[in-house]
Amino acid sequence: MSEILTIENLSAGYGRAIALNGVSLKVAQGEAMALLGRNGVGKTTTLNSVMGLTRHMGGRVLLEGRDVTRLTPEARAWAGIGWVPQERGIFRSLTVEENITCVATPGRWTLDAVYGMFPRLRERRGNFGNQLSGGEQQMLSIARALVLNPKILLLDEPTEGLAPIIVEELLGAIRRIVRDEGMAAIIVEQHARKILKITDTAVILDRGTVVWSGTSPALMADAEALATHLGVGHHRVAG
Amino acid sequence: MAKTDMTPNGAKVVKIMRRPVRWSLAEIAFWLLAVASVFLLPGQHLILTEIAGLAILALSLDLILGYAGVVSLGQAAMYGVGAYAAGLYAIHVTGEPLSGLLVGAAAGAVIAFATSFLLLRGADLTRLMVTLGVAAVLFEVANKAAWLTGGADGLQGIWIDPILGLFDFDLEGHTGYVYSLTVLFVLFVIARLVVNSPFGYSLKAVRDNPLRASAVGVPVNARLVAVYTLSGAYAGIAGALFTQTQQFISLDVLSFQKSADGLMVLTIGGPGYLYGGMIGALAYKLIQDALSGFTPQYWQFWVGLLLVIFVLVGRDRPRQFVIDVMARLRGGKGGAQ
Repeated sequence: MSEILTIENLSAGYGRAIALNGVSLKVAQGEAMALLGRNGVGKTTTLNSVMGLTRHMGGRVLLEGRDVTRLTPEARAWAGIGWVPQERGIFRSLTVEENITCVATPGRWTLDAVYGMFPRLRERRGNFGNQLSGGEQQMLSIARALVLNPKILLLDEPTEGLAPIIVEELLGAIRRIVRDEGMAAIIVEQHARKILKITDTAVILDRGTVVWSGTSPALMADAEALATHLGVGHHRVAG
Repeated sequence: MAKTDMTPNGAKVVKIMRRPVRWSLAEIAFWLLAVASVFLLPGQHLILTEIAGLAILALSLDLILGYAGVVSLGQAAMYGVGAYAAGLYAIHVTGEPLSGLLVGAAAGAVIAFATSFLLLRGADLTRLMVTLGVAAVLFEVANKAAWLTGGADGLQGIWIDPILGLFDFDLEGHTGYVYSLTVLFVLFVIARLVVNSPFGYSLKAVRDNPLRASAVGVPVNARLVAVYTLSGAYAGIAGALFTQTQQFISLDVLSFQKSADGLMVLTIGGPGYLYGGMIGALAYKLIQDALSGFTPQYWQFWVGLLLVIFVLVGRDRPRQFVIDVMARLRGGKGGAQ
């Protein structure tokens, strides 16, 4: 499979603080990657660095072989990187439909298509961003990233702070996006057992560096890696 | 592999762009009242013409401040350049008014486009200083270029032909008011379409959070340049309208006071729903007119005091009131916001 996103020896941070230290990753066409690790190890920073939102200190980010390291965030988005930020980033003064259409570009993912994926958004199309629940905001954030018709989605802790029933609904949608639609994705998640069932590959970060990489089934079977880097027992992952 | 059912590319977005945004009863009533004023207030057409011109200036400011969050103290730059361009066009080319408006719009847009790149860096304070500085520079240029602009003596000898060859500008201001009101309405309708399109939504996204807007794919700089240029065209038309209805231009059109008037009017009416400029212009001019009649020497004192009280009491109230009324009449989302 051809590579959609390649991160080569990327170092980045905020101000003088180094948060990523020589991270390298490759995401292939149609591949869903789980980016795992404990709090503060650089997962969000990795996604933010792919979007150009951190201070670049070294290395490269390639999208389909094209070096996008020096591009602005908006140019990266237009090049095909869809970003779903941790805090969801809904524009509060816009309605659901306005949030989506303000960035929509022609492609497979249209307004109808994302409403098909998230019927709840269609029901709330006239509501403002600040009138949505956390789960609805997350759905809207994903929908907004999809209508940009990206080549790869970056999902930063999409289930954080949501009720279990909403988490299941969201994971179902993410599963359809990456499995049925074949969208390449990097999904940051603290709860490995939730996401490894959906993803093809997994990478574990620790203190800004990659400490484990392989397939998701391999990680689920690697009790030592799970316990050492994530503090997760094997039985919990399998469950 | 199963695929989600998709409609043709971007069809929905195009549909939304073409979708007419419903006019609420409050909006229709507002414009019917404006038309009624032509017949019911014939003795007030001169001040109503000034109000319409000021409303267009405030509307131009609302596009950038209310929708894109760009603060400006230099809207007089585009207003003044539009005024001088229309005046010079009338003197040296033709006094035909409609083409004069287009000349004013083009002049305002050119100045706005050329200076818009200065606004892309920095935040509010930087933008305030940059816009203020640009207007100050143009003021001094107009002052020094007396051979072209008349300098401190003003530009004289402007003669405007009848509108469409039929309606002559009269001393009572009847033609001027109908003309100004028509121009205001046309510009309002265009602005309404713009702010209710995906372009307008993306402006609000930029206003809410520019960095986030950029990261989710909104071309922030391009949007700011575009809306500032459009705003400049509006201000240029306001200036041209001033020239055509007054048939005289002084350096005041480029003054700081002119920019401050626009901002003050928009503050009174409330930014971000398009009607603020018009409501603010009406309130400001009527209060100014009443106070200058009541206390000719100290009217500015009272205007200033009222403005301070108004801002402290709650400057968002007129906007919220109008939005609430619109929402109630429409039974849903309000206004042109």
